Amino acid sequence: MSAPLLAVAPLLAVEAATKRFGGLTAVDAASLTVERGSITGLIGPNGAGKTTLFTLISGFERPSAGRILFEGADIAGLPPHERARRGIARTFQIVQPFAGLTVRENIAVGAHLRLRDRDAALAEAERVAALVGLGERLDAPASGLTVAGRKRLELARALATRPVLLLLDEVLAGLNPSEVRDIVPVVRAIRDGGVTILMVEHVMQAVMSLCDTVHVLAQGRIIAAGPPVAVTANPTVIEAYLGHGAAKRLARGGAHG
Amino acid sequence: MSGSDRLTAYGPILAVAAALAVVPLLTGSNTVLNAMVTALLIGLAGQGWNILGGYGGQFSFGHAAFFGTGAYATAILQARYGVNAWAAFAAAVALGSLAGLMIGFLSFRSGLRGSYFALVTLAFAEVFRIIANATPITGGAAGTLIRLDVRPENFQFASRAVFYWIVLALVVGVLILTRMIERNRFGAWLVAIRENEDAARALGVDTLAVKLQAIGLSAAITAAAGAFYAQYFLFVDSSIAYGTWISVEALLVPIIGGLGTVFGPLVGALALHGLAEVTRLVAGRIPGIDLALYGTLLVLVVAFAPQGIHGLVRRLGAGLGMARR
Repeated sequence: MSAPLLAVAPLLAVEAATKRFGGLTAVDAASLTVERGSITGLIGPNGAGKTTLFTLISGFERPSAGRILFEGADIAGLPPHERARRGIARTFQIVQPFAGLTVRENIAVGAHLRLRDRDAALAEAERVAALVGLGERLDAPASGLTVAGRKRLELARALATRPVLLLLDEVLAGLNPSEVRDIVPVVRAIRDGGVTILMVEHVMQAVMSLCDTVHVLAQGRIIAAGPPVAVTANPTVIEAYLGHGAAKRLARGGAHG
Repeated sequence: MSGSDRLTAYGPILAVAAALAVVPLLTGSNTVLNAMVTALLIGLAGQGWNILGGYGGQFSFGHAAFFGTGAYATAILQARYGVNAWAAFAAAVALGSLAGLMIGFLSFRSGLRGSYFALVTLAFAEVFRIIANATPITGGAAGTLIRLDVRPENFQFASRAVFYWIVLALVVGVLILTRMIERNRFGAWLVAIRENEDAARALGVDTLAVKLQAIGLSAAITAAAGAFYAQYFLFVDSSIAYGTWISVEALLVPIIGGLGTVFGPLVGALALHGLAEVTRLVAGRIPGIDLALYGTLLVLVVAFAPQGIHGLVRRLGAGLGMARR
C-alpha cells in the first residue's frame, strides 16, 4: 500500500488500540479517525471505555496494543507533556483546576508551553479568557468558580497551549441547559479558529448540533461511526444504549417512527 | 515589565537586607550576633527547603542529607585534601546539589509523591548519617575538624560580624532568586505541579524535569547552609551534619513563616529563634524546652494560621484595610 497523501491523511488515527487493566479489557481493538478541522464526537453508554480511550490518546495511559498516529507519526509511546508539545491538549472530565491560583495564573500555565516570558504568558491568558467568557473573572481564585466556570477554565487552559487537536472530556456534563447553550457556540468558535476537536459527550443535543462525525463505543469496541443523525438511528447503537431488542420494540411502537 | 513593578517585587527585599545589615553596627554583643548567625543559617536551610516544599509541594523530611553533604564536603576537602576554603565551599554546594539530583531522580522517577516522598527522603538522610558515622573519610564517630587558622582566604574571621554579613548575603541572594522564580516560567510550572500534577502534565509540563531542577536548586541552597555551618563552627560530625534536627528546622521555619512565600523561611527562622532565645533567658537551660516550644508553635500555626506568619499578617492587613473603609 502506498502512503496516503498528507492532504487526505486524518489528523488523528487510532488503529486497533487495546487497553487491558489486568483481566478487564477497557478498550478492545478500537479504531477511529479524526479529520483535520472537524468536530468529532465519541459517544457510548457509561463504562464503554470512552475516557480510557481518551487517556490513550492524551498519553496518560499507554495502549497494551495498537497504534496512535498523530499527524502521521506514532505517538503511543510518548508521555503526556511531549504530546502537548506536539499539539494535543485535553480537558478533564472531573475538572482539575490549580485551586490556589487565580484564573489568569491558571491559564498562563498553559500559555507557558509556547511562551517563555511571564508577561507574555499572562497577556495571552487574558486573551484566551475572553474567548471562553472568563474575561471578567481573571483575578478570581480558581477555587471560587462555579462548575460552569471551572469547565470554561479547563477549556481556556487547554486552549492556551495552542493545540492542533483538542480533546474535550464531557465538558458539558453537570451544566444546566442554559449553560450548555452558552458553551456550545464557544466550542464551535474554537473549531472555526482552526482547532480540530474530539469530544466525549453525553449531552446528545450538543453532539447533534456540533459534531460532523460520531464514533460510538460500547464495551470497549467501536460499534458504529458516521454522521450523528445516521448513527443515532443505527439499531446496533440503540441496542447498546437501551438493551437487546430495544430497536425492534421502538420500531414496533413507532414512538420515533 | 515596568520599573514600578520591579520596585514592588524587589524593593522589600532590599529594605530587609539593609535593615538586617546594620545589626552588627548596633550591637557588639557576641551572644546576639551568634544567635542571629544561627537564625540566618537555619533561615537559609529553610529557604532551600521552601523551593521544593513550599513552591513545588514536595515535602522532604530529609533535607539533612543536603545540609550534611555540604558540611562534610567543605570540611573534608579542607582537612584531608588541603583545598582552599572558598573553593571547598563552592564544591560543597555543587555536591549537595548532586545529592539532591540523585535522591530526586530515584524517587521522582518512581512517581513517589506526598508522604511516600517524605519517608524516602527521611530514609536517605538516615542512611547518609549511618554511612558518615562508619566511614574513615568522614572521621567516623570522631567527626572532622577544620584547622583553626583565622585568615580571610581561609574563610575564617576573628569578627562574628563578618560571618553574619556573609550568611546575610547568602540569605538575601536566595530571597532575590526566589522572587525571580516566582516571576518566571519555571516558577509557574513548579507551582502548577504543587497544585495539580496531572493537570500540569496535560498542559505540557515535563514534571520530572521541573521537579529535578527544583530539588537540585533546593539541595544546593541547603548545602550552602551546611557548608557555612562547618566553616563557622569548624567541626562536623554525623549527628550534626545529617541529624534529624536540621531536617526538622528546615521544614519548620517555612511552615511557620509562610509556605511558598519569598520571606516565609526568613521570618519563620527569626521568629522561632527569637522565641527560643527569649525562652532560654526566662526559663534557663531546661533540656528539651526548645523542642517543646517548636512543637507547640507548629500545632498553633497549623491550627490557626495555616499560611504561617505571612498569611496571618496579610489577613490582619486586609482586616485593617476593611475596617478603615
